[in-house]
Amino acid sequence: MTDRYEQAVWDDGESDGYEPLLTEKSLARAETDNSDLPDRLTRDALEFPAPSEPELVRHYTRLSQMNYGVDSGPFPLGSCTMKYNPKFTEDVAAMSEAAVHPDRSPATVQGTLTVYHELGEYLAQIGGMDAVSLQPPAGAAGEFAGILVARAYHEHNGDGDSRDEVIVPASAHGTNFASAAMAGYEVVELPAADDGRVDLDALRAATGDSTAALMLTNPNTLGLFERDIEAVADIVHDAGGLLYYDGANLNALLGRARPGDMGFDVMHFNVHKTFATPHGGGGPGAGPIGVSETLAPFLPTPQVRAVDGEYELREPEHSIGKVHGAMGNWLVLLKAHAYISRLGDAGLRDTSAKAVLNANYLAEQIDLEIPFGPFHHEFVASAGETDAAEFAKRMLDYGVHPPTTKWPEIVDEALMTEPTEAESRASLDSLAAAFAAASEAGDSTAPERTAAGRIDQTSAARNPRLSWHDLDP
Amino acid sequence: MSRQRDAPGPAESAVGDGTADGGSPYAASSPSEVAAMLEAVGVDSVEELFDIPEGVRFDGQFDVEGASEQAVIRRLERTLGANDDLTEFLGRGRYAHYVPSVVDTLSLRSEFITSYTQYQPEVAQGFLQALFEYQSMLVELTGLGVANCSMYDAATALGEAALLAARVRSVDGSRVLVPDYVREERRDVLENYVSGTDLSVVSFPTANGQVDPVALDSTLSEDAVAVYAENPTVEGVVEEHLHRVGELAEEYGALFCLGSDPVALSLLQSPAAVGADVVVGDASVLGVGPAYGTSLGMFACDEAYLRQVPGRLVGCSEDSDGARAYTLTLQTREQHIRKERATSNICTNQAWVALRTAIHAASLGPSGLVGLAERCHRLPERVASEFDEIPGVSAPVHDGFHFREFAARVERDASALAADLRADGFAVHVRDEDEIQVCVTDANEHRTDDLVRSVAEAMA
Repeated sequence: MTDRYEQAVWDDGESDGYEPLLTEKSLARAETDNSDLPDRLTRDALEFPAPSEPELVRHYTRLSQMNYGVDSGPFPLGSCTMKYNPKFTEDVAAMSEAAVHPDRSPATVQGTLTVYHELGEYLAQIGGMDAVSLQPPAGAAGEFAGILVARAYHEHNGDGDSRDEVIVPASAHGTNFASAAMAGYEVVELPAADDGRVDLDALRAATGDSTAALMLTNPNTLGLFERDIEAVADIVHDAGGLLYYDGANLNALLGRARPGDMGFDVMHFNVHKTFATPHGGGGPGAGPIGVSETLAPFLPTPQVRAVDGEYELREPEHSIGKVHGAMGNWLVLLKAHAYISRLGDAGLRDTSAKAVLNANYLAEQIDLEIPFGPFHHEFVASAGETDAAEFAKRMLDYGVHPPTTKWPEIVDEALMTEPTEAESRASLDSLAAAFAAASEAGDSTAPERTAAGRIDQTSAARNPRLSWHDLDP
Repeated sequence: MSRQRDAPGPAESAVGDGTADGGSPYAASSPSEVAAMLEAVGVDSVEELFDIPEGVRFDGQFDVEGASEQAVIRRLERTLGANDDLTEFLGRGRYAHYVPSVVDTLSLRSEFITSYTQYQPEVAQGFLQALFEYQSMLVELTGLGVANCSMYDAATALGEAALLAARVRSVDGSRVLVPDYVREERRDVLENYVSGTDLSVVSFPTANGQVDPVALDSTLSEDAVAVYAENPTVEGVVEEHLHRVGELAEEYGALFCLGSDPVALSLLQSPAAVGADVVVGDASVLGVGPAYGTSLGMFACDEAYLRQVPGRLVGCSEDSDGARAYTLTLQTREQHIRKERATSNICTNQAWVALRTAIHAASLGPSGLVGLAERCHRLPERVASEFDEIPGVSAPVHDGFHFREFAARVERDASALAADLRADGFAVHVRDEDEIQVCVTDANEHRTDDLVRSVAEAMA
């Protein structure tokens, strides 16, 4: 930990902000008079920034310097698995052969389809699933696709109407609730047992003829393995429901346990978490889904199949149709393929080992209450008397990214911390020092060493200004 | 499980780069550090930290052998090298334009690409400002008050637009009207998005490749929540009656949702000027090209629907020094706060593609954008007229103006023609038995003479 950390900040002294907006640097207007189209079919003019290339490069370079990424320092944002992104995968994604148009006939893109097919097989193995669709473009899109598959299965069996509920633990990711609702389900929230895991009695009470599925993360958002997972699976299956696995925390289990072996019928993978593809400031990710053999006929179309050494696209018999206009976030999938090929079995097992060791070591070094355990790749500490959001702002001043805050709500002032396998012992020690410094600070005006000071969220929402058109000239 | 066709040889299969134990080269701790950390935690081995019941433990193998970075690159080069090297004249909603080098150089900067959603805005001003600028560019291009900072692609953005329409329409409605030219894939995604609601998707007939206002009028009724049209259409036709579509939608209380892209919007009628309430489409045309479907869903709408917008919004605020600063805002719409009552389930989006799109758009500037769009109009018009000269070919199929692409009728089996063109190194769309579709932009313009010659030979 350093007391001398400062994030870069640029300020031209002219505009109200730090780095000026593109429009404040140069704004130009182009007429559309030269077009061969009749005037009635064109706009009048376009007003847009017009920086020179050197100005443009400096603008975005400065902006990048006012941004914190995994390559800047520790990024223990719980549930997001901000691990190191191997650089060679960008070179793979930049290969010109990777840039083909999605409407190419399958016979002319056998290379691309080979990668699709292989990645599908890798993921099926890793998840213990029988079939995989790579189409969903993000984790939440995977949830939506997976729940649509479950719905199609129930409809196929004639109880689509009666099974109108999806059960979701209270501490689940917000996307679980939203995805189930988008698929038209009533969401039944399941309170946790005192130990932070699924309450079997509550689950029995919530499960019945109207249950379509239970969505579960394992290890859960507290980092705890659902020890009773086999009993959970029995309860849900005995009621005729399906078990959905949210893959957000799969990094903890790589090579050690597989959702398919635990009784899950359908799952999604977050390849931007588990398989190290860069998060890109918010995306793109990819959210492939895996299913059991029973559910395979309902997967999105098309599926890549190998027939006599050739790859072709086929529509599964009872396919739900499409969840993305093409084949998903191909460039991300390609990077994930490269990552898995690079690590192999031994590397994947080492990943979960070090992810879990790092979380346990870090927890050992910090002086905050961690009410639930034993945890795996992440833990949820309590900031105690301190507001967790305030605690996080203080941590920013020490060159680290803070944990996810105030969630899950089962822990007061939660600091959900996932250091990932990427951090060294020294890095974890500096992270622990940042926790300690944040614990000691009294009322502060943190952060003070970041590009911007504390930002007023309330006025941003009360008086929305969402484009440069909304700013005072 | 089956392995690659080109299995690595022994020399290539070693993990090699710096891990004596065959572990992950991206896990930082050395064996001695691991030992010290285990001691600090108070266990003898990492295995003790896993609280996994015996019955569900996995001790099998995935049969994936690790390989060196060099070996993986070589293998993927070989694998992808199996793709035929074709010059693509393909479009139908996904378009290739030249992407200048600054886009890679800047967007691949570590601080951008290895960051995530800006939950801590004080350390994420750079990406937030870049997204704010991207939103602003869409506001300028669409004339609408609000743009979000991305959806997955055009199809999912259309699905979200339909759900927004169902939420905001004052009278209960049940139908989303789409023109019959809409791509099957796009419509399929839309149908899945509305499948959890009472909405149904209904086609209305078009004439000569564009919306026929009379036919639309007779399909419309008070139960429509949204009317969708594209400009240009998926067949490359420039819509000429959008103003009337806007009027009709308003008359029946439906939202008018327009599909387009940033290049087309630089030249074609402003969506706001024709009465569009929502604009969706593929904004990745400037960011990544076709990339086998990796995309960027554009989403902009009238300010009246601000609280119903799906996805992330970046807003402008002030920091403790009174300086202008940016932050994610109106997050109470989103799933991590509102759960099953959120406007959408989207979390991870396509922010990095939005960054690339903004960089490219800014590098073009207004005259560059308008100039590129003018070229996208002139090129298909020229190539279509050259096609039309070829005996047995008539082009374009649709009267009217074109943008980037056109359909051509051929007096020959279209699939057989496409196969001949493929043998000459060209990819075109086969529309049906006797029609192909050809997309021409700055990316393949230099090969149009060769394509025309190849078509002429194949038709001879």
